[in-house]
Parts: sequence; C-alpha cells; structure tokens
Amino acid sequence: MSSVTNHDERPNPDNLDDPGLSETKTERVSYLRAGHTLRSWLFTTDHKRVALLYMMSITFFFFIGGIAAAFVRADLLTPSADLMTNEGYNRAFTLHGVIMVWFFLIPSIPNTFGNFLIPLMIGARDLAFPRLNLLSWYIFILGGIFTLFVLILGGVDTGWTFYTPLSSMYANGNVVLVATAVFIVGFSSILTGLNFIVTIHKLRAPGMTWGRLPLFIWSHYATSVILVLATPVLSVTLALIAAERLFGLGIFNPELGGDPLLFQHLFWFYSHPAVYIMVLPALGVVSELVAAAARKPVFGYKFVAGSSIAIAVIGFLVWGHHMFVSGQSIYASAVFSFLSLVVAVPSGIKIYNWTATLYKGDISLDPPFLFAMGFIGLFVVGGLTGLAVAMLAIDVHLHDTYFVVAHFHYIMVGGTVSAYFGALHFWWPKIVGRLYSVVWGRLSAMFIFIGFNFTFFPQFILGYEGMPRRYHVYPEQFQVLHDMSSIGASILGIAYLMPAVYLYYSLRYGQPAGNNPWNVTGLEWTIPSPPPKHNFDEIPTVDGPPYNYPVRKEAKHA
Amino acid sequence: MRELPKVQTPYVDRAQQHEAGIMGMHIFLASEIMLFGGIFMAIAVIRQAHSQEVVEYSKELHYYLGAINTMLLLTSSFLVAAAVHMSRHARRKAVLALLVSAAFLGLLFLGLKGFEYWSEFQEGRLPVAGGMEKINSAPGRLFLNLYLVSTSLHAVHLTIGVIALLVVAGRIYTRRSALPQRSVVVETTAAYWHLVDIIWIFLYPLLYLAR
Amino acid sequence: MNDFASAWPDAASAYASNVDLLALFFMALVVILSAPVFILMVVFATKYRRGKNADRTEPINRNMWVEVSWAVVPFLLILFFYGWATSLFIVHASPPSDALEIKAVGKQWMWKFQHAGGQREINELHVPVGKDVKVVLASQDVIHSLYIPALRIKQDAVPGRYTELWFNAEKPGTYWLACAEFCGTDHSAMTGKFIALRPADYSRWLAENGSDGSLAAEGEKLFVSSGCSGCHSPDAKVHAPSLAGLYGRPVPLENGDVVTADDQYIRDSILLPQSQIAAGYPHIMPTFENILSEEDVLKLVAYVKSLAKASEENLP
Ligand code: HEA
Ligand code: HEA
Ligand code: HEC
Ligand code: CUA
Ligand SMILES: [Cu+2]
Repeated sequence: MSSVTNHDERPNPDNLDDPGLSETKTERVSYLRAGHTLRSWLFTTDHKRVALLYMMSITFFFFIGGIAAAFVRADLLTPSADLMTNEGYNRAFTLHGVIMVWFFLIPSIPNTFGNFLIPLMIGARDLAFPRLNLLSWYIFILGGIFTLFVLILGGVDTGWTFYTPLSSMYANGNVVLVATAVFIVGFSSILTGLNFIVTIHKLRAPGMTWGRLPLFIWSHYATSVILVLATPVLSVTLALIAAERLFGLGIFNPELGGDPLLFQHLFWFYSHPAVYIMVLPALGVVSELVAAAARKPVFGYKFVAGSSIAIAVIGFLVWGHHMFVSGQSIYASAVFSFLSLVVAVPSGIKIYNWTATLYKGDISLDPPFLFAMGFIGLFVVGGLTGLAVAMLAIDVHLHDTYFVVAHFHYIMVGGTVSAYFGALHFWWPKIVGRLYSVVWGRLSAMFIFIGFNFTFFPQFILGYEGMPRRYHVYPEQFQVLHDMSSIGASILGIAYLMPAVYLYYSLRYGQPAGNNPWNVTGLEWTIPSPPPKHNFDEIPTVDGPPYNYPVRKEAKHA
Repeated sequence: MRELPKVQTPYVDRAQQHEAGIMGMHIFLASEIMLFGGIFMAIAVIRQAHSQEVVEYSKELHYYLGAINTMLLLTSSFLVAAAVHMSRHARRKAVLALLVSAAFLGLLFLGLKGFEYWSEFQEGRLPVAGGMEKINSAPGRLFLNLYLVSTSLHAVHLTIGVIALLVVAGRIYTRRSALPQRSVVVETTAAYWHLVDIIWIFLYPLLYLAR
Repeated sequence: MNDFASAWPDAASAYASNVDLLALFFMALVVILSAPVFILMVVFATKYRRGKNADRTEPINRNMWVEVSWAVVPFLLILFFYGWATSLFIVHASPPSDALEIKAVGKQWMWKFQHAGGQREINELHVPVGKDVKVVLASQDVIHSLYIPALRIKQDAVPGRYTELWFNAEKPGTYWLACAEFCGTDHSAMTGKFIALRPADYSRWLAENGSDGSLAAEGEKLFVSSGCSGCHSPDAKVHAPSLAGLYGRPVPLENGDVVTADDQYIRDSILLPQSQIAAGYPHIMPTFENILSEEDVLKLVAYVKSLAKASEENLP
C-alpha cells in the first residue's frame, strides 16, 4: 500500500486510552459526519449511507445464517441424530438457505458496494431515485423482521426450494410466513434493480460513454436486468403457494388436477437467473480488483463487458437443468443441458481474460488481490463442477447429493463471499477514510481460502460416493469426510470473524487514507475519502477509457 | 401560481429528471408483466392438461360482461392517452376532464366485475365458500380458482390505477403539479393505466374465450 | 483412514461403470481447463510482482482471435462430453420393453415395492442380476426420489404421475438405497437395501415370499370389490367401454384427441375420469381419488394391462 502523507496527528496504538486519530479535515466534511443523529441515518437518502445501512443489516443476517450452518455442521459430526431432532435439522438448513440466499447473498454486493459505488463511478451525485433507495432498505428490513419472527416461532422445514406438494400441503412449519418474508424482500430487489438501471442510463457524467464504463457497472447493469425481470416470477409463485395453503387453490396439487412440476418450473425460472444475481456483481468486483492489482486495463474490455450481458440473457434459458430427474421430458432435458454449456462460455471468457490481464502487470499482493485470486480459483472449480452436473448422465447420479452442495458453495461462498471480502478490503479506505492492517488482511484472505477448501472439498467426494443432501442421519462410511468438513467449517467461521476485528480497529487507529491509497484509476478515487455528501463538488468530465494506466514503452533494464 | 418545482438532487436539469421518471416507470411495468406472466403460464398449463373441463367451465363465464368491460378499458385508455397529449400542451381543464372520465370508466369496470362475481356466486360457480354448488370437477374448480385469482389481482391493479388517476387529477386541480412542466406524472400514470389495460386484453381471451 | 478403493463407490452395473468412466474423463477435462488458470496466475503473480524487475513493455490489451479461441475451444471440447453424457442418458431413459416390472410407491417415509407375482416388501428391493428390471414409481403424498448410488441412477416419484427407472444389475450384493428428494421430517430415514440376487436365488426369494396372488389377480379382486365391474362388465346395464384389449391401443377421446392407453392413461381414467373422456360414452364414471390408494391403483392397472390380449368373455 502506498505510503500516506496527509495525516495530521500520530496516535499511539499501544495506549488503549488514546482516543485514536482525531477527526481529519476531510472526515469533518464527509457524508459520515453530515448529521449525527439516528434520525439523520434512518431518514437519509444519501446512497452512501443507505449502503452502510445495508452493510450492517446483511452482516447481521450473515451471522444468523452462519450460526444455522454451524448447527448443521455440528450435527453432521456423527452419523446419528444427536444434537437435533430430524425436524430441527430440517429447519436449520432451511433457514440457513433462505437467510443466506435472500437476506445475505442477493443483496450483498449490489446493495452495499453497488449502492455506494455506482454513482461515484459514473460521476453522479446520487442514484436516480434516492427515496426509492431508502424505501427498498425499509422493505428489506420488513422482510427480515418477518424471517426473524419465523425463526422465533420455530422455523420452516421445506428447504429453500419450497418444493410442492411438500410445502403446499404437507409441511407443518410456517411456510406462509416465510413465503411472505421472501415475497416482501423481492420488492426490495426489484426497486434496487430499477434504480440501478435508470441511474446507469440517465446519470452518467459527460463523456462517460458506455464504452468507458467500469466493468463493475456493466455487471451491475446485467444484474439489475435479472433483478427486475426474474424476481416478479418468484413473487407470484410464492403467492400461489400461500394461496394453495390458505385456500386450497389446487394449482400445484395433483389431486385437484394441478401439477407439482409447474412449481419447479416457475421456481427455477427465477432461481437459476438468481444465481447470476449472486455471482455477476462478484465478477464485476473481481474485474476491478484484477485491473487495480495489475495496474493494467482489463484484457479485452469489450468481451468482458459483453459477457456479463450474455450471462444475464442466456441465464434465463437454462432453468430446467435443476429438473433432470424430475420426470421432465428427455428432449427438454437435452436442450437445457446444452444451454447450460453455452452459458459457461461467457464465464470462461472472463476467467481467461483476467488471467491474460496479469501478464506483464505490476501485480500487488495486497489483500484485495489475494481475495480476487481466491475468487478466481474457487469460481473455476465451482463453475466447472457446475458443468459436470449439467451433463445429463452425471447429474442423474449426482443430483441432490453433496456434490451439488459443494458445487454451489464453491461459487456462492468461495466465489461471491470472497469477492465481497475483496471489495470490502479494496473500498474500505474509501468508505471510512482509514487504512487497515495489510498484514492481517493477507492473513485472513489465506485463512478463509484454506478453511473454505477444507470445508467443501470433501463434499465433492461425499457426493460422488452417494451421500444425499438434506440428510440428518447417514451411513457410517461417510463420517470421516463429514468430520473433515465440520472441522474446516470451524476454521472458516473463525476466519470470517478476523476482518471484523482489524477493520474495527482501523476505524479508531487507522491512518487516514487520502484520496487514492492504492494509486489506481476510477472516478471514485479522485474524490476525498470518505467522500463528501454530494460526492463531487463539480460533476467531472470523462475523457478517456477506464483503467487508463500509463503504458511502459521501453524495456527497463536492471 | 406556485413556484416551479426545483430540480431534485441527482439531476442536472429537468429534462433529465423527466426522462428518468418515465424510464423508471417503464422498467416497473416490465416487472409487472413478468408478474402476470407467471399467472398466464399457470393458466396455459392447466388449460393444456385439462382442455375439456377448462372449455366447459370457460363457456359458463359471462363473456358478454367481459366484452363490455374490455370496451370500457379500451375507451379509458384512449382518454388517458389524450390526457397525456393535452398535458404537454398545458390544457389543464381538458386534462382534468379526461383523467376523471377515465377514472370513472375504471370504476364502472370494477362495478361490472363485482356484479359478475355476484351473479357467478348466485349461480354457484364462484370458487368461494357457499358459492360453488355447480362446480363438480376438480380441474374445473382449479380453472375457476385461477380465474378468480387472476381477475381479482387485475382488479387490485385497476383500483390502484383509478386512485392514481384521481390523485394526479387532484394535484393538477390544486395546481400542485404545474403543466406542462410536470406532465411527467400524467405520463407515468398513463403508462401504468395502459399496462393494466393490456393485461386485461390478454386475460379476457385466455379466460373467457378459451374454447 | 479408508483405503482409496473404498472411496470410489461400488459400481453394480455396466451402466454405472460407464457413468464412472464419463465422470473420470470429465474430471480430466476440468483439470485441463482450470490448470492453465491456476498455473499462470501463480506464475504471473510471482514474475510480475510489484517492485520486482521484469519485462513489462508493450503489454497487449486485446486480441480478438485469442479471445474467441479460448471461448470456442473449451466449448468444442465440452460438446464432445455433451454428446457422450446425453447418449448415456437416453439409454437410462429408455427401458427395454421386455424388462421385468416392479412397482414402487413412495410414501412419507418408506418405500413399498411389489413384484409382478404380488410379493411385497418395504424398504428392501430384491432383484435378479443379469436381467433388465424396470421400476415403475408412484408417490402417495409428496415428491420422493428413488436413489441407488451403486447403479448411479435416481428418479423422482411424483404424485399424480408414473415415472420409470430401469437397470441391469451385474454384481450380486447388498447395496444402499435412499430417498434423494427432500420429503419432510424423516427424509433421511427413508433408506433401505437394494439386494441383487443370482437368478436362482431370486426365484427362491420369490417363492419364499409367495403371496396370495399376482398383482393382476389382486387387481381383479379389486375390480369387483370396488364396483368397476358394475359398469365395465359385458352384461352391465351402463354404457361403459369394455376394457378387454384396451391396453396399448389408441383411444379416441371426446375432444378429438387420440391417446395411447398406457399406465398413465389408465391411472388417470380411474382417478381423474373427467379429464379424458372416451369418445361416445357418457360422463358418468365416478372418481376413485379418495377411495383407492396408489397401490390399489397400481394393481388395477396391472389387471387392465393383463386384459390386453383378453377377449370380452374373460371379464368378470
Ligand atoms: C452463484 C451461484 C451459482 C452459479 C454462478 C452457478 C453456475 C452454474 N451452475 Fe449451479 N447451482 C447453484 C448456484 C450457482 N450455480 C445452486 C445454489 C444450486 C443448487 C440449488 C438447489 O438445488 O438447492 C445449483 C445447482 C446446479 C445444477 C443442478 C444440480 C442438481 O441439482 O442436480 C446444475 C446443473 O446443470 C448447475 C449448473 C451450473 C452451471 C453450468 C453454471 C455455470 O454458470 C458455471 C459457469 C462457469 C464456469 C464453467 C467456470 C469458468 C469457465 C472456464 C474456466 C472456461 C472453460 C469452460 C467452458 C467454456 C466450457 N448448477
Ligand atoms: C448463499 C450463501 C450461503 C453461504 C454463505 C453458506 C455458507 C455455509 N454453508 Fe450453506 N447452504 C446454502 C447457501 C449458503 N451457505 C444453501 C442455499 C443451502 C441449501 C439449503 C437447502 O438445502 O435448502 C446450503 C446448505 C448447506 C449444507 C447442506 C445441508 C444439507 O443438505 O443437509 C451445508 C452442510 O455442510 C452447508 C454448510 C455451510 C457452511 C459451513 C457455510 C460457511 O461458509 C458459513 C461460515 C460462516 C459462519 C460459520 C458464521 C460466522 C462465524 C461465526 C458465527 C463464529 C462461530 C462459528 C463457528 C466457530 C463454527 N450449507
Ligand atoms: C358408474 C359407472 C362406472 C364405474 C363404477 C367405473 N367406470 Fe370406468 N368408465 C365408465 C364410463 C362410462 C367410461 C367411458 C367414459 C370415460 O372415459 O370416462 C369409463 C372409462 C374407463 C376407462 C377408460 C376406457 C377407455 O376405453 O378409454 C378405464 C381404464 C376405466 N373406466 C376403468 C375403471 C375402473 C378400474 C373402475 C373401478 C375402480 C371403473 N372404471 C369404474 C363407467 C364406470
Ligand atoms: Cu422421501 Cu425423501
Ligand atoms: Cu441453475
């Protein structure tokens, strides 16, 4: 990290009574100090503050979901049912899935970093509809409260997939309440997506043409399209489930002439695109991190930007790959399998282009880049094993086994959560205006990587050996691998807590960051850290491509 | 005359704000289409699986009431479109008259729809407690359930539309929204109204004329 | 630690070994596609580490052909696997017509199996090795999925329809069988044994577990006791179609469609009689939805099927 020059005082970090660095001049005029009351936070329309509200809320939900995961892993230490009852176990993984997907991962990068950075990166003073932005946070919180309420009432036991007729007729948990919670949070997603699309279309600074947008913006644009178009289908599906439970609608009930598979089609029509909601923002983050670490433009900007859009579009056509053994027609299965391969091509372009970006780069091994490297490695493994389950004959064996569990944790946890932490470490100095300890950052990146592989790699083997998922009791032969996984999860859990400590410490004792601590390009780095309330004193004019790092023309001889 | 509204925070000028408003509304409408799209899919699947019953029960629906309602909505859409045009030319009185009469047609639609539900209830063909003596096959009942769900969801949207039209008319009447500067509110409300109309144009044949 | 051999699960059929082969080659492909990324990332991060002296002149920012090639080449490679996997899947999805048929009913939380001779078992499935066996799956409540890891196959049992699964087990032995689709509280207890026996042992097992009659025979009893014969026997006063010779025949429906009278059609005729009316008959057949269990229906289907080659007179 480049050395810092513009600090005013030196605190003594060993002296616990030292109040830390007192406010710097930029901090005094930043968005963080523009109003100190609770009210000024709860009624803010500043996109940066809303981003922080989201950041706190999703961190909270990450811990709740993580604790549910800890229960799951602890229970799986032994093949028999000891810690929880069967019912309790089912409720644990259902809540784990529901909370992690809808209350943590989907909002994670878009609603925090997207919210914070989109206006800064395109040179705008705020999102297009600032009040709508705040409203979407309140809707999110309302949905969250419903979920917590369900948690207190005892939970649900349908799995995050709510398959009918189990969820609509047989399950005895609070299905309607959870469906309502997810239904509500869906509107928050739709509003956020809408806001992003309009912002990116209408509020770009002069000279910020589509071809000059940072790749982070492109991927958020693609994400928003999915948010807006896929989420309503989930809403209506959940509403139909609720109607089925409350009034016996019959649409998913074969006894009444309905079709249980119709539910799966509707659910996956949303939920497959939703997995790209979870990963596209992460891909955008990694593009930024790779360019910043290598101090080079991303190799093949156009392909990388276009691949985000391609993923979003093709992603709408592959939902049937979750239904290969459901009794869906074999022709449909063959087509869905094929399209799943097609959707891998744009993902591949991104991966290989990033690798090429590093060539002749000036690569820093600071925490953000370590997280980005972790992301690339784990995403490749997750993605290619996704292709394995997209192969029909292989999926017939692996469907609903731990292989699938491993596949999606590699992408969602190994991939997106790593990217989230990468983003956090990259933009933290911008957000709070202080530097954190780079050494601790590197350590936690490594621990997370190691803990992660320890937890989830054994699950690939478990799955191939035939260990079904959502199994509370299991044959003894699987115990060794399950135990490895549980031990890994403890390492991972602790590793996830590490950043909380040193980032908090940086708030008090960190050195002031200055405008551009990493010495990188991008409009967000041209303004003070933390940024002032109105972002730019004067709306900037853009006159060059993104990632415009100086190119070395001649060989530098030693 | 009140002061002209100021340009709000993220915008540099009024034209930009106007465009953003319209675009936001269009995106919202796209998501509404997807919402109803799910229901259309469900109706289509049930129809495919039980064509016989669906046709049988569809024949019992009061298709002429539906036809009148279709006419009402088409006319109201026309009025609303005219209101948009007038608002750009600051024809305040005309805009008011057009909006209020479109809202009135919307209310008529709702009234007629209510009457239709009531008569179906009397005939024992409405899938609610006490109103379904005549429904004696499961798929038939399922079809009528979907009929009830989709038309009532549409009616809710229409109610919101009527309220929106009236609110906009009220703001124009009290001059809180000046014309033509704030014609964007007329335009976005009109866009919403057209969508509700279009959804009906799809629902009507799918439910009433499926034979 | 387990030895490696046991980490690779048993393969009890030729199909299973084929899947293993495919999976193994696919994993090789995974390595081929990902290794360049891993290796180059590490190499570049070392070679071009910040502060290290290296040749960084004239970096390139784009090269269309390179980019297209690394999009297309992996795709073509994987297309080959697509063909392989899909052809294997088609084998899996097309049961031979002369396969031995076993009926399975999934129910919260147990598997019930019935052999053609009427032998019944719960959570255990005995099959002969070296024979094509087809399992017809039905579900009484929610979706279940019959999973036999040693055969590398599974199939959902969906309420309201029949699905099928077939295999030809080669290695006699006892294997694990499970329910793979989450089905509620005791999902993980819905497991059992898949027992592949030598044909002679299988015959002995069948004989030892002899039942009062074959499936079709039980279906015949039900046909009378449930009142079907009241309408469907030749001397009934009601105008109802004869079921003799019905199975496998095309049936013209009232709405103009023509369907083949397969298992699913007969099942639907019994449970949802109003949805597909045979042309020319009154709409009077009542539904047996809440009267007959899935197993009863399976028996009736077996009975109607046994009439495929019968003539009018054989009807009770
Ligand atoms: C962020 C989340 C995320 C993402 C991005 C993906 C991405 C992909 N997923 Fe995954 N998936 C899930 C989350 C995700 N998935 C979840 C949660 C489930 C389980 C749901 C449940 O049942 O609970 C699931 C389940 C799932 C299944 C069903 C398995 C089953 O239940 O039987 C399938 C089957 O096809 C699948 C396939 C794919 C494919 C092909 C991709 C592709 O997009 C991957 C593309 C990426 C790469 C391929 C890697 C990089 C590329 C290269 C290195 C280039 C070389 C390759 C080529 C060009 C061919 N996924
Ligand atoms: C979307 C994001 C997401 C995330 C981040 C995670 C994170 C984790 N998941 Fe999750 N998982 C899902 C999404 C996610 N999962 C989904 C969708 C399912 C399917 C559900 C279903 O079948 O319906 C699933 C299912 C699932 C299963 C399968 C259950 C089953 O089928 O029976 C398992 C089992 O190991 C598991 C484990 C874990 C672990 C160990 C983590 C870890 O990464 C979590 C680490 C975090 C913490 C542990 C919290 C922070 C730390 C502490 C609070 C400190 C204290 C804790 C310890 C010291 C242990 N998950
Ligand atoms: C009240 C009279 C009645 C009873 C009782 C009855 N059926 Fe029927 N069944 C009919 C009539 C009439 C038809 C032809 C119209 C139709 O397809 O629904 C029919 C059609 C069928 C068909 C389709 C035949 C074809 O040619 O398409 C099958 C199979 C069948 N019944 C089986 C049964 C079974 C099994 C039972 C007893 C569990 C039963 N039925 C009881 C009157 C009856
Ligand atoms: Cu039956 Cu799981
Ligand atoms: Cu998918």
